[in-house]
This record gives sequence, structure tokens and C-alpha cells, in this order.
Amino acid sequence: MTRLRDSGFHLKLTDHNSYMQKLCKSDICRLFPDLYKRFGMESLMEKQNNKGWLYLLPAILFLGAFLIYPLIDVFIYSFEEGYNSASQTFYGIGGYNYSYVLHDAYFLQALKNTFILVIITVPLSTGLALLISVALSSIKPLQELFQTVFFLPYVTNTLAVGLVFMILFKKTPYSDGLVNLLIHCFGGSSVDFIEGPYWAKMFVLCFYTVWVVMPFKILILTSALAGVNPVYYNAARVDGTGRIRMFLKITLPMISPMLFYLVITGFIGAFKAYSDAVALFGTNLNAAGMNTIVGYVYDMLYRDSGGYPSYASAAAIILFSIVLTITCINLLVSKKHVHYH
Amino acid sequence: MKIVLSHLTKTFPGRGRGNRKKEDVIAVNDFNFEIPDGKLVGLLGPSGCGKSTTLHLICGLQNPTEGQIFFDEEDVTPLTPQKRGVGMVFQNYALYPHLNVEQNIRFPLENLKGSDKLSREEMHARVTEAAGLVQIDNLLDRKPSELSGGQQQRVAIARALVKLPRVLLLDEPLSNLDARLRLQTREEIRRIQQKTAITTVFVTHDQDEAMSISDLIVVMKDGLVQQIGKPQEVYDNPANLFVAKFLGTPPINLFKGRVEKGSLFLGEEAVLKLKQVPDQPVHVGIRPEGFILAENGSFTCRLSRPEVMGRDVSIVSTHPASLNPVIRSIVDAESCGHLSGDTVRFMLKPQKVFLFDQATGQRISFETD
Repeated sequence: MTRLRDSGFHLKLTDHNSYMQKLCKSDICRLFPDLYKRFGMESLMEKQNNKGWLYLLPAILFLGAFLIYPLIDVFIYSFEEGYNSASQTFYGIGGYNYSYVLHDAYFLQALKNTFILVIITVPLSTGLALLISVALSSIKPLQELFQTVFFLPYVTNTLAVGLVFMILFKKTPYSDGLVNLLIHCFGGSSVDFIEGPYWAKMFVLCFYTVWVVMPFKILILTSALAGVNPVYYNAARVDGTGRIRMFLKITLPMISPMLFYLVITGFIGAFKAYSDAVALFGTNLNAAGMNTIVGYVYDMLYRDSGGYPSYASAAAIILFSIVLTITCINLLVSKKHVHYH
Repeated sequence: MKIVLSHLTKTFPGRGRGNRKKEDVIAVNDFNFEIPDGKLVGLLGPSGCGKSTTLHLICGLQNPTEGQIFFDEEDVTPLTPQKRGVGMVFQNYALYPHLNVEQNIRFPLENLKGSDKLSREEMHARVTEAAGLVQIDNLLDRKPSELSGGQQQRVAIARALVKLPRVLLLDEPLSNLDARLRLQTREEIRRIQQKTAITTVFVTHDQDEAMSISDLIVVMKDGLVQQIGKPQEVYDNPANLFVAKFLGTPPINLFKGRVEKGSLFLGEEAVLKLKQVPDQPVHVGIRPEGFILAENGSFTCRLSRPEVMGRDVSIVSTHPASLNPVIRSIVDAESCGHLSGDTVRFMLKPQKVFLFDQATGQRISFETD
């Protein structure tokens, strides 16, 4: 994502540069033809051009060294079979790493977990955040207090919150967590959400993820809602628009760029989920059956004395292509439904 | 549809904090007015005089603190805007930027419910009709951002008209347009209003605008109605100093004067004979067209320069009794051929001279011989 944005930035900058050059050159030619010839403006322009690149140099160096080079490197690793990082050797080049990863039961489990997580949490968190933001912006008293309360999770530590969730949902032979106590109250039988059945664990993970990502979305959406010019609502009121229609036909299109931004970053963030799962289920995610793709990559690199950078690279590239595909689909869909003014 | 405003008052709570007193702001103060059916009425006044608030009260976007609003015999005061059947054109048009022109115009129709609900064909017919009325039928698939200011305004008017409102309200309809377009558009508004015969109220701070197209104008200041009347009547017969100052370009010339023994004195010169006016100090307003160049005129001014405007000449001069830095008088181009020296002498047209009480600013009527 960062890379995409940066390349766009470069493009714009160079466009602007060349435009300025054309403008300056022709203007100077026209206004001071003698001057232009005598002092060799041509070479000055060349110098200007070089200067532009010079300004860009720090950014290009940093991005190149820490973003583009590693990306290419990972791509290369993923095709080197049996790469050994200690001896820097490999047997051959081919698609075996991909084939291994795609046939690895742990990876498939991680893939499934990640997809479930994405499909449930992104729409749910965005929808809930929208609901809360709309409610927040329609109340006057205590609005700031509520805003602060809703934003608090954003500034709390993920692992600490994970611990709290674990305690809330845990069930041991001796005691029940708060959630299980509640279930008892309503006459259900207790469930171990942390080490129990798959659906229970997935529920906790989704619940936790939604809880963690929502504050930021609420923050963004409340400011987007506040940015809608009230005159549109007045016009709609005069025209007799119902509340729901007003929301669907005016509010939503008006905040659609922000909503779209949240969906895209939400998708990317959820695909890269890892720390949330660790916070809830500990580091041995494969054993818990709750691994994610990033978790799988990490395991391949470092767990069990590690040493499978090629598999890790292949998994990372698969994740990259999934995210890229989803983002492209998002962009295509947005063309029709997102209104930039 | 006749609109009756009865003792309409709107106050906003004061914003004072701490020890400062919270004084309520009276935006509209005891407004009584009956707007006749099918007329175009201009609410005119400087900014902050309560004209927009009055419009919002009629529209229903704001509720009056006191008083009532009637459409014909129906009391609409407690009704919400949608139930009043008003069409409103906002100052910045408030076109929905994500909808194209056709969708914008159709928007109010899609809100109709129950028995009023229209079929797709009916909606299309109504939209086409409204668009035709304001002559934008060729722009229906454009987005508002692709339209010029004047076109956007037409769309806004079409959107207000499409639901066949009982009353059309326009909030500063011309303020976002450039000078040339403003002239054109105000004719357009007049034409549409005449054609539809919908009772229309519009708000403006520009007296030219109000005078040129209104059947009636209401001059407001600080929430109080100063004068209501036909534009020409208000211009010819201002009720007070404020109205006289507010109407007319170039503005009226003001002087400090006094009435003494049946004569009006400006400085040391007696410029007009008056009947039935007691001796008192007064404010004198003289319209620029109230001056006649005359070699034996009774009013002597120090000539600054003539400004040639083609048809007319505007003579700029000064006088010690004048309350403005310069006096502007408009005379025929032919009559000022002999303008020379550093003084200029005028005779005054009595019907263009207004006397005002110095304390209250109220008009003092007089008769001449």
C-alpha cells in the first residue's frame, strides 16, 4: 500500500516538474531570447532537473534499501529451493516452496482462519463503527465524553487487552470467567473460549479484533460525519426526506471516501492479523489451531529453531498477492460507489 | 397561496459566558405581514437583519418563539417543513454532489409516500417539465460539479419547483453569481415566477436585485420591519432615514440642516420653502437625481469634478453641511456644458428631498408652495 502511494507521489512530482520546465523554458525563451542564448539556459534547466532528483535522493535511498530491496529479496527467496541462511546455499530454483506451503495443513488452517477473520470482522467493525458514529454525532450532551470512551481502546496495549480478554473468556476446572458466569446466569453451560472448541475460539478472536479496530474507525467516521455540510440535510428536510433515506442517499455517499478508506485498510489490517491471536492463545498458535498467515510466516522463520526462510517467503508472497487482489477488487467496486467531491 | 405572518418573533439564546449577562438575540421582532397570492416579495436588509431567519421560519427549518404563520387560512406554524409544501433554494444551492442533475431534481419526488407516490413515468414527466421551465433539459446527465454557477442555480430552482410547492423560497439566490449572470438570472427568476404564479419570497441584501424584480419589498433592520411597499413607492417615500439610505444607487446624499421660519436651511442658504413644518434641526436626504443645475440656484457647492457616464453626468462636489464626504448629483449630459470654476449651483426638486427627525430618524413630511 505504502509502495503504491509512494509511486503515485513520484509520478505526480515528476509530472509537475516537467510541466514547470516546459513552462519556464518557453516563457524565458519568449521573454528574453538573448539572455536565453547567451547564458546557456539549457544547461541551467538540466541542472534544475538534477537538483530535483537530488531532493528525492534521501527518500529513494531509504525506500530502496528498506522497502523495495527486501520485497524483491523475499520474492527471490520464495523461488530458491532449500535455501539455508547460515550457509547461504540453495539446491535449485523452482516452485517447490509454493507447492509445499500450499499443501501444508498448518498453512491451510491459517489461511482459513485468516479468511474467516477478515470476512467477519471487516464488515462487522465498519458497520458497528458507522452505527456508533451516527449515534454519537446525533447526540449533543456528553458527546465528547463518549468520544473519549470509545477511543480509549485505541491507546491501550494490544497484549494487555488480550490478557484481559483471556481472563474474561477463560474457563478452568476451578473457576469460570465473567462471560461463562453470564452464560450460567442465562441457563447455558459454560464453554472454554480459549482452549475449547474451534468456533468458540474463533468467536473470541473476532470479538477481540472488532473491539480493537473499532476506535480508529469511529474516530474517522465521526469526523467525516461532522464534515458533511448541514445545508444538505436542511434541503432534504424541506423536500420531506425520511431519516433512513436521508442516511442512505445523502450521508452515506457523502462519507463514502472515508468509509472506503476504512474498508481497504481494514481488509489489509485483518489479513495481517497476528498479534491479536498471540495475545489470546499464546505463541503456539498451530497447536491451538488458531494460526494466521502472518503467524505461519513467523513460525517458519523462527519457531522450532526456525530455518525455513524460503517457505516463509513463499507464504508471504501468497499473502501479498491475496491482499493485492482484494485491494484491486475493492478499487474496482469503489469506482461505482465512492463519490469524491 | 397567501402567506400571513402574524406577530412573528424569533429569539436566539445569548452566548454570554461566566459573569457576562446572557442576553437573548432577537433575530425577528414582531413581524406582521400578509404576502398576497402569486406575488414575488423581496426581503431586503443588511446582513444580520433577520431576513434569512424570517425565510427559515416560513420554510419551517426554524420554529418561531412567538407568533404564527398561515398559508391561506391554514396555520402551518406547528408543521414540519415537508408538511408545509414549500420549495426552497439555498444560498449555495445545496445540490447533492453525488447525484446528477436529473437525480437531483427527482429527489423530492422520490420522497412522496402513500397516495402521492408517483410512477416512474410520472416522475420523468415532472422532472422534464421542471427542467424545461428553467431551460436545463440538455444538462440532465451532468453532475453539479460540471455545471456553472448559473446552471447550478437553475437546477436548484427546478428541484424546488418539481414538487409543485405552495410557496417558493429563495435565500440570496443571486449572491454566488457574477455581475452579468446576476442580471440575467434575476430576469429568469421573474419569468419563472410569473409563469408558475407561485407565491415567492426571496432574501437579498442587494437593493438593486430586490427593486428590479419584486412586486413588494420588505426592508428590515435589526429584526424590525422598516417599511413594506412596492419598490417604487418605498424608493419615493422612504419611511425613515435607514430606508432612504439603504435604497438607491448612487446612495442618497445626506445633510445636516434645519428648518427655520418656513425655510429649509443647508448651511447658511435657504434651499427650499416649506409649509407646516415647525422649526427644528433635521437630517436632509436628497436623491442624486434631485439636483438641477442652475446658475441662479439656491444651493451652492464646491465642485470637485464631473464624472461622465455617457447618458448622464455625475457631478461630485462637497458642502460643509454634508454628512457624506462628497455629494453626488446626476444631471443630463447636455445641461452641464457650462460647468466651470470651483463652485456649482443647484436648484432642488422638492419631491426628491426628504426630511428626517434628527433623533428618531423618522420621516417629516412637508409641502412646498
